[in-house]
Amino acid sequence: MREITYSQAINEAIREEMRRDPDIVLLGQDIGVYGGTFGVYRGLCDEFGEDRVRDGPLSEAATAGFGIGLAVAGMRAIVEIEFMDFSPLVLDAVANQASKMRYFFGGKVKVPLVLRMPSASKLGLGAQHSQSLESWFMHTPGLLIAMPSTPYDAKGLLKTAVRQDNPVIFIEHVRLYATKGEVPEEEYNLPFGSARIVREGSDVTVVAIAMMVQEAVQSADELEKEGISVEIIDPRTLAPLDGGTIVESVKKTGRLLVTHEAYRTAGVGAEIGQVALEGAFDYLVAPIRRVAGKHQPIPAGPLQDEVFPDRNKLAAAIRDLMEEG
Amino acid sequence: MTDQARHAAAVSPDQALGWYRQMVHIRKFEEKVVELSGRGLVSGSTHPCIAQEAVSVGCISALNAEDLVLATYRGHGTFLARGGDPKAAMAEILCRETGCCKGKGGSMHLCDPDIGFLGTNAIVAAHIPIASGVALANQLKKTNRVTLCLFGDGASCEGAFYETLNMVALWKVPVVLVCENNGYAISVPVKKSLSVAEIATRAQGFDMPGVSIDGNDIVEVYETTRQAVERAREGGGPTLIECRTVRWERHSALSAGFYESREERKRWQVVDPIPRFRTVLTDQMAIQASVLEEMEQEAEEAAEEAAEFAIRSPFTGTAQLEQDIFA
Repeated sequence: MREITYSQAINEAIREEMRRDPDIVLLGQDIGVYGGTFGVYRGLCDEFGEDRVRDGPLSEAATAGFGIGLAVAGMRAIVEIEFMDFSPLVLDAVANQASKMRYFFGGKVKVPLVLRMPSASKLGLGAQHSQSLESWFMHTPGLLIAMPSTPYDAKGLLKTAVRQDNPVIFIEHVRLYATKGEVPEEEYNLPFGSARIVREGSDVTVVAIAMMVQEAVQSADELEKEGISVEIIDPRTLAPLDGGTIVESVKKTGRLLVTHEAYRTAGVGAEIGQVALEGAFDYLVAPIRRVAGKHQPIPAGPLQDEVFPDRNKLAAAIRDLMEEG
Repeated sequence: MTDQARHAAAVSPDQALGWYRQMVHIRKFEEKVVELSGRGLVSGSTHPCIAQEAVSVGCISALNAEDLVLATYRGHGTFLARGGDPKAAMAEILCRETGCCKGKGGSMHLCDPDIGFLGTNAIVAAHIPIASGVALANQLKKTNRVTLCLFGDGASCEGAFYETLNMVALWKVPVVLVCENNGYAISVPVKKSLSVAEIATRAQGFDMPGVSIDGNDIVEVYETTRQAVERAREGGGPTLIECRTVRWERHSALSAGFYESREERKRWQVVDPIPRFRTVLTDQMAIQASVLEEMEQEAEEAAEEAAEFAIRSPFTGTAQLEQDIFA
């Protein structure tokens, strides 16, 4: 099968959907001729024109509001937030408007809106361009959230996201944009709420999110040589979260470790751990562990490596977990 | 001749009577809501638009049937002025299953897309970019529909307002932005919150027209909005209209109410748009007082009927709890 990058996969998903549906409009900054901050939209403005690939001012809050308005009025909006770190600027639009509007209007409106936003890490960009803030959105009812880790998942989930009549937070990762993977030429969609078992194993379940999926695979390769069999699960979507697949895996392995780059405190890992605890308590032979971002502002420069999890920290934590029970 | 009387000369008796009827209906409806709130029948609080009826009725009557309206939590009057069913509104305010939003939105969330009313919003200024997005959609689809967005003086201090002014002016979005300056954001008077005397002057910085008018003069509200709507429809872009009005004495039925001065609290009684327009109707347009009295009686009855309907309707039940979260 052909291989394309994660960035190309997203580009293809949007291009295909825009060809199919003339009501899709892209809003954001630097998305026109520039092709998006990370080049994800390259060529879209040429093909679809400036009305549908609409560069706008640095006004994230209003841009998100415009997106909701387009959606409510029967179009489909895809709003790009250049870095997820800027998503606090659109929190009202997401948390008080898009996610609740259908409910408080008694089902009289639909909000087909996708907010794309890349998280980043280890780019040396410091405290305001290195965060993964997915737990803020997961805490908000009324949203769908995808956080794909491969080109295949990115394309399939984004095509599904664009066809939703509901608001979707679509979280990409800057360091995944250049990674390659197999993506079929033919059309496909992936469902939300269906985790992917990245690798089967019997000793420990590792639930890994976004960038940490690759890291977990590297750790698992290394640990395999030591006789530790690691099962890796990528939830792919956080809302809905496929708790069933995670619980079943934990019942099999008896151990769970959750890993993400986002801050550890009140991170998604805490929720996933609790889901496993509620569903597989009697099967656990060791405490649930988390390998996540340190709960502190992220420094620029080499010091940043100390706050982010990586394959070595993960491998060490898995070894400890094996010794605990 | 007063300004209002001069303006009224350009209005037909039918139109003028229609406005009066709507204003009185809104007033009686809101008074009934306040009464029901006092009896503990309203869920949470409620934000009456008493004394601001001329804005709702004046600007909404300048729209076509296909046009769209978005407004604020102080928006019962806008819903009714747009032709919303008073029974469905009252039932919504009382959280009954017969409410226009199935009783799940409450007083601050009324909506009826069938009449082009895309809802009232309870986060100050948040709906200004949303309304503008609705207008952008109509611009892109070349529908010829104009979107009207009402908000308060408090909203004019929010970032979403300024970001939106820039974008709608830049893209010539067919939206008419109507700021109801009632003098207060909860307890803070505009002299403590605004750096300018007139909110309409904010438009200058965005190279769009802005006009400040007497919002309690329904004819002026109508005429100004009509011109702005026409301009938007013809591709001329947005207009900011500041309607200077006054607020009923409290922010909401639940507000305690420690304000700047007692005199200010009573000011609305002096500039109340309803008796003011009534005088124009009787004195300038020679409408019989009995005709108006009949309308007032009808409005009273309609409000009572809406209240009875709402009270008779069951509260929204558990079966609805998890409905309408996702489409």
